Amino acid sequence: MFTSNDYKKGQPRWCPGCGDHFFLASLHKAMAEIGVAPSQTAVISGIGCSSRLPHYMATYGMNTIHGRAAAIATGTKIANPNLTVWQVSGDGDGLAIGGNHFIHANRRNINLNMILLNNRIYGLTKGQYSPTSPRGFVSKSSPYGTVEDPFRPAELCFGARGHFFARAVATDAPGTVEVLKAAYEHKGASVCEILQNCVIFNNGTHDAVYDKAGRTKNAIYLKHGEKMLFGENNEYGIVQDGFGVKAVKLGEDDYTEADILIHDAKCEDNTLQLKLAEMEWPIALGVIRDVEAPTYDDSVTAQIEEVKAKKKYHNFAELLETNDIWEVK
Amino acid sequence: MEIKEKKSVVVRFSGDSGDGMQLAGNIFSTVSATVGNSISTFPDYPADIRAPQGSLTGVSGFQVHIGAEQVYTPGDLCDVLVAMNAAALKTQYRYAKPDAAIIIDTDSFGPKDLEKAQFKTEDYLGEMGIDPDRVIACPLTTMVKDCLSDSGMDVKSMLKCRNMFALGLVCWLFDRDLDVAFNFLKEKFAKKPGIAEANIKVIQAGYDYGHNTHSSVANVYRIETKNKVPGRYMDITGNKATAYGFIAAAEKAGLKLYLGSYPITPATDVLHELSKHKSLGVVTVQCEDEIAGCASAVGASFAGALAVTSTSGPGICLKSEAMNLAVIMELPLVVLDVQRGGPATGLPTKSEQTDLLQALFGRNGESPMPVIAASSPTDCFDAAYAAAKMALEHMTPVILMTDAFVANGSGAFKLPNLADYPAINPPYVPEELKGSWTPYMRNAEGVRYWAVPGREGFEHILGGLEKDDKTGAISTNPENHDLMTRKRQAKIDAIPVPDLEVLGDKDDAELLIVGFGGTYGHLHAAMDEMRAQGKKVALAHFKFINPLPKNTAEVLKKYPKVVVAEQNMGQLAGWLRMKVDGFVPMQFNQVKGQPFVVNELVANFTKLVKS
Repeated sequence: MFTSNDYKKGQPRWCPGCGDHFFLASLHKAMAEIGVAPSQTAVISGIGCSSRLPHYMATYGMNTIHGRAAAIATGTKIANPNLTVWQVSGDGDGLAIGGNHFIHANRRNINLNMILLNNRIYGLTKGQYSPTSPRGFVSKSSPYGTVEDPFRPAELCFGARGHFFARAVATDAPGTVEVLKAAYEHKGASVCEILQNCVIFNNGTHDAVYDKAGRTKNAIYLKHGEKMLFGENNEYGIVQDGFGVKAVKLGEDDYTEADILIHDAKCEDNTLQLKLAEMEWPIALGVIRDVEAPTYDDSVTAQIEEVKAKKKYHNFAELLETNDIWEVK
Repeated sequence: MEIKEKKSVVVRFSGDSGDGMQLAGNIFSTVSATVGNSISTFPDYPADIRAPQGSLTGVSGFQVHIGAEQVYTPGDLCDVLVAMNAAALKTQYRYAKPDAAIIIDTDSFGPKDLEKAQFKTEDYLGEMGIDPDRVIACPLTTMVKDCLSDSGMDVKSMLKCRNMFALGLVCWLFDRDLDVAFNFLKEKFAKKPGIAEANIKVIQAGYDYGHNTHSSVANVYRIETKNKVPGRYMDITGNKATAYGFIAAAEKAGLKLYLGSYPITPATDVLHELSKHKSLGVVTVQCEDEIAGCASAVGASFAGALAVTSTSGPGICLKSEAMNLAVIMELPLVVLDVQRGGPATGLPTKSEQTDLLQALFGRNGESPMPVIAASSPTDCFDAAYAAAKMALEHMTPVILMTDAFVANGSGAFKLPNLADYPAINPPYVPEELKGSWTPYMRNAEGVRYWAVPGREGFEHILGGLEKDDKTGAISTNPENHDLMTRKRQAKIDAIPVPDLEVLGDKDDAELLIVGFGGTYGHLHAAMDEMRAQGKKVALAHFKFINPLPKNTAEVLKKYPKVVVAEQNMGQLAGWLRMKVDGFVPMQFNQVKGQPFVVNELVANFTKLVKS
């Protein structure tokens, strides 16, 4: 059995207070609880502050090039499906320069655990807006505010036919460990959006849910099969509202507990899961979608076995014999 | 009837894209190869997917060169032109020698056909200045229909056999034994014996027609066979040979073969070929883009596979970032560049050698990478094997360059025996280094050890940031970066490659011809022609371009005149000038997207000898 220490290496060089520190500790803890040996684990990142993460892992890993982590991790997983592969990117790495690989890894449903550390800013290049920064966001590269709308990661994941999406706040260790373990358990591409604060360039971006008190007030922990209740005394709940969902206070406007929706992360149809993921109040945390589907890596292996059984040639010499051959004497 | 003894002949089959010219050409080359003739083929496809029937843009050609002795190219101009319709005659006649025999299907020269082919009158031969005595004009379509009238086939199916009538006629012209063709068809259509039978019947009819009707007007050619190399052979295109080379190398190394690729002309056939062979455990992933093709291959290499990515020049532009990652992480990777005309989208179906400097230098930073160029369709096999071996044993990405000409062309491939090929031994980290090993520890050849994930005790992190030579941790130390840069360069420089071979008049040549890659056949043929004219000429052809063979300077400086001939503006010449002090060659450069023409080479080189 393993402990967190078995996955730890080196001294992280993120800024003091950076959300990445919190996340890293939760990842170590989750890996220990999952129990896959460091030698059977690969952590693959792109470029950015959060992509430094593999250097603090005692596993196999690569800190690669900007945006390509998902594509590189794809090759690693397919070449050796026995490895447990974690792919770590920030919002710039994963959704801007790496957006194409992000959607295709989801579409193919490769068995990767994809971590998206979302601080809504470019930190390593010192403070430019990212594809998750809200419209009007003022940064060094948008001194008068951005004039573009952000991606909503869940929407992108679902649009790419993603089968797993979960969300946690970096400072919330139990919540983070829980979604990481669920991502590992899920066979296929699992996206975990980690809300993470950049203390230097975008401090406070997740303030509403960054501490426990805030989460009690402003977040809902979704659990499959359970009623969607939240608040200090579960006095609020989520109900269907026309084509959408909304938060209501029990007892107000005649809403009773019977009206509250039960979370179904396993539902194939992602319509309501998307509505939950996009709520601005409360912010949905936990496993929002977790649906079984054939994985790419399993299908590749299965197809090879199927063709091996069917075809009569299994080495190079036999392959040559499948051609039209003539003999010169 | 006159029987002409010839050293070699060139036959060009041409017709609509759907006329089956490639099949007819393939069977003819196989029939010839079986009697021991040397063969070289080249298809000439239209750029359109399916141009209108009978139109000028819809004509496709397939050229076969057969010889008593070694033939090096598909030939400049043909001795026999088969034109299945008016458009084919119109567009393909320029590839015929002045005294070429021309076979036409008169049934496809009706008023509408002539109009589509933009003839102005019904006298199409006169319009093109073709001597009718050279033309074997036969109502080919009618005869095919007659021949198959009681076969129960519908007309459409019957017409698909037209190519076989032409083939039968050509086989008669060259005095070929039809049995080989029959066997070929029986095997090809093993599951459809009716089709095999119909095709065989039509070939025989074509042969008999030639024998009975034209014995008084045409020549029969005889190609004797000299210098036969006994053995078992198959016809292989360059792209297929490349794919086979990777398969062979993976098997020899005991590794899974991984191809990450994105479709691009003219490289896609490598993806097609490898995708077929799942029974050999080959994994092919058609990625979302060129970038992912290369990036996923880097990931697969990290995981311990023989990783390959295949593309053409525009794809290299996109892959260069991930190629560079493989350089700094020192992971094995083969990058196949099947060159086409550039820049940008350029001439997608045509052939050039314009990516050489891109291969050598097209990356940021000091980024040395070995470059190997295949010289012929069959050489693609050895070149691919060599590239894989070099990548795996020296822990480096290697660029394998071919081009549209060698990739699509074919030649007789003597079946290789894998036991004769050198072993491939990647530098796996020895178990006894557990505990003391760090990721950039090197063996005696300066090569980083390979620790494949899954091995306990060798967990490590690689990456695109510079690393400390000793610890493998991220380092911006100036001395360390300088050291690592030099170590990466020294590792590539130390890779052993075979000496440069000089062919022809190696002791007393007045002119040394220098080339690389796919022009080998044409340069060799030009040298042979000049030597036959009594000139002293030699050829040095580069297959290993980085690192260069050790005797490069010695060879290049030995001869009074040197011409570097290449299908670009002088990229190899520039590279050699950079690497060989005081070397200033003459240059012959052509960037037409077409193979060199041997006669033009001879004319130009002859001028150089005289100047």
